[in-house]
Amino acid sequence: MATIGILIETEDGNVKDTNFGVLTAARSQGDGTIVALMLDGSADGAKAVLEKYGANKVVQVSAAGGDLSTSPDLKARALAAAIDNYSLDALLGMASAQGRDIFARLAASMDLPLASDCMAVDLAAKTVKKSHFSGKTFATVKMSGPVVLCALRPNAIEAVEAPADAAVESFAAPVEDPCLVKVVDVKKEAADTVDLTEAGVIVTGGRPIASADNYKILAECARLLGGTIGASRAAVDAGFAPHAMQVGQTGKTVSPRLYIGCGLSGSVQHFAGMKTSKVIVAFNTDKDAPIFEKCDYGFVGDLFDIVPVLTEVLKEKR
Amino acid sequence: MQIYVCAKHVPDTAANIKVVGENGFDDAGCKFIANPYDEYAVEQAVQLVEKNGGEVVVVTVGKAAAAATIRAAMAMGAHRGILVTIANQFLDSQTTARALAAAIQQDGKPDIIFTGKGAVDSEGFQTLYRLAAAMELPVVNEINRLEIADGKATVGHEIGGGAREVLEVALPCVLGTTKGLNEPRYPKFPDIMKAKKKPIKEMTLADLGVSLDGAQSELVKLEKVPERTGAKMLGGDVRQAMEELVRILKEEEKVI
Ligand SMILES: Cc1cc2nc3c(=O)[nH]c(=O)nc-3n(C[C@H](O)[C@H](O)[C@H](O)COP(=O)(O)OP(=O)(O)OC[C@H]3O[C@@H](n4cnc5c(N)ncnc54)[C@H](O)[C@@H]3O)c2cc1C
Ligand SMILES: Nc1ncnc2c1ncn2[C@@H]1O[C@H](COP(=O)(O)O)[C@@H](O)[C@H]1O
Repeated sequence: MATIGILIETEDGNVKDTNFGVLTAARSQGDGTIVALMLDGSADGAKAVLEKYGANKVVQVSAAGGDLSTSPDLKARALAAAIDNYSLDALLGMASAQGRDIFARLAASMDLPLASDCMAVDLAAKTVKKSHFSGKTFATVKMSGPVVLCALRPNAIEAVEAPADAAVESFAAPVEDPCLVKVVDVKKEAADTVDLTEAGVIVTGGRPIASADNYKILAECARLLGGTIGASRAAVDAGFAPHAMQVGQTGKTVSPRLYIGCGLSGSVQHFAGMKTSKVIVAFNTDKDAPIFEKCDYGFVGDLFDIVPVLTEVLKEKR
Repeated sequence: MQIYVCAKHVPDTAANIKVVGENGFDDAGCKFIANPYDEYAVEQAVQLVEKNGGEVVVVTVGKAAAAATIRAAMAMGAHRGILVTIANQFLDSQTTARALAAAIQQDGKPDIIFTGKGAVDSEGFQTLYRLAAAMELPVVNEINRLEIADGKATVGHEIGGGAREVLEVALPCVLGTTKGLNEPRYPKFPDIMKAKKKPIKEMTLADLGVSLDGAQSELVKLEKVPERTGAKMLGGDVRQAMEELVRILKEEEKVI
């Protein structure tokens, strides 16, 4: 029976919803023990939500030799110690900005195989299915190390509840900070925005959005859907949106349940960043726009007419 | 400053990928470019050397055709190149990192090694960390701000959710670059001509004492992501279409 670790991500001490898909992925590997590892936030507070999705153990990891929040290398060392301590066969987590960094540090320091941006994982076969060639192909990668590390794309796997009873414990890793990299400051620039790469729903505005202010129209719609807003490079380059909002080859790679493109032509480079979305909807004034060839649902019309009506309908049907 | 830049030769993201056999693709029939994120690395290295003096050396692990990516970096201002030639279409990141580390160690003493944040072909997001581990150097990825003073680099990057992190790291170090750090220059014709005369050192994995046996991951299957075959177009006026859309998303697709 396998013991599978999950690296839980929190925001302001709360467990992010995107962890539940990762727990579901671990649960679906057959009978096994699921150990949720937390580097920040409170394990006690997280217990209830984590056991709802099948965690058998919730471990608050700390390091004897320093503060985890100021050293990414110390985090990696503490995780490496936890892998040994709990005899984990695999560690799963999320391919978010922070997840990718910590998994890569861990893989490099322990010389273990790692697959990032995975869509599916099969621990018995030690294979993953992952994005390759900017979402144009899927690669099946076979891993052969003693412990498999796998960072899944947020929302790639739908969360399904599977209640279990979890014990909470603490683990103080006997590790020191190599003092190579030091976090000196964290600035929260935009408050209360859902991170694009982890959003379940994204409403994106392209070049015709025409101003930064007009994104408010999309933001209201996105809020009702529990999601956030994105932008094309054309809109970012025109100064209508910050680069952090850009989706595509030179922006963020996203995989939401629902992607609504408003005034997007459907460029290859934009699709490189959102092609693996579950459902893609497009609004465009041009009935021959290329995006209608590559999405699931389309409607021909002006985004400024359409989006407010969609918002209205969503409000009514809540 | 002695700066090394790791640049990968990758298929153009706009290129159509034709899968061949179980786990290969038609690389002869496909346009290749320098990995877009690695261009920020080249630009940053060239700017630092323009300011402080020194040398920029580009290191690439790839098939013989990958020399084109080294030439492109040279046209942007890099001085020399090292090409570690391989026969495989795909090489795991552990072996790649060992090859990059050995090639750099054999060549000189780096003050900084720049890489891109990730390769757009394999989407591995790890080679630079393995390179740093092999050379026992600090590493930070996805940087879009950089200041160097007193033998120390201060770097900034996004960590998601609208937050930015500022980190300090001592030189020498490995830094992975991303969009926003700089605007990569477009080489002019004379620069492209000059680049043709710059030296490229070629070697094999065997020359570097790197074996393929250390690989712990292998690409066993490559398949096209199924293309959507065209949208179901919604009819009626805006109101009717949006009511129908919300119904579909709720009841059929179950995504909202
Ligand atoms: C190396 C490279 C990297 C790139 N990386 C990215 C990237 O990361 N992300 C990215 O997005 N792009 C990227 N691009 C750019 C990409 O090629 C396109 O230029 C860009 O995506 C187009 O943005 P758009 O669809 O918003 O604008 P446009 O191409 O201008 O399309 C606008 C569309 O909106 C329709 N329209 C006009 N008015 C309205 C209206 N009122 N209501 C509804 N529809 C309307 C038009 O019919 C048109 O189809 C990259 C390009 C290169 C070369
Ligand atoms: N074959 C290679 N040759 C040179 N540099 C590489 C190679 N593979 C990866 N790199 C560097 O490592 C970074 C991360 O790559 P990856 O881990 O494959 O996503 C890239 O942006 C490159 O700078």
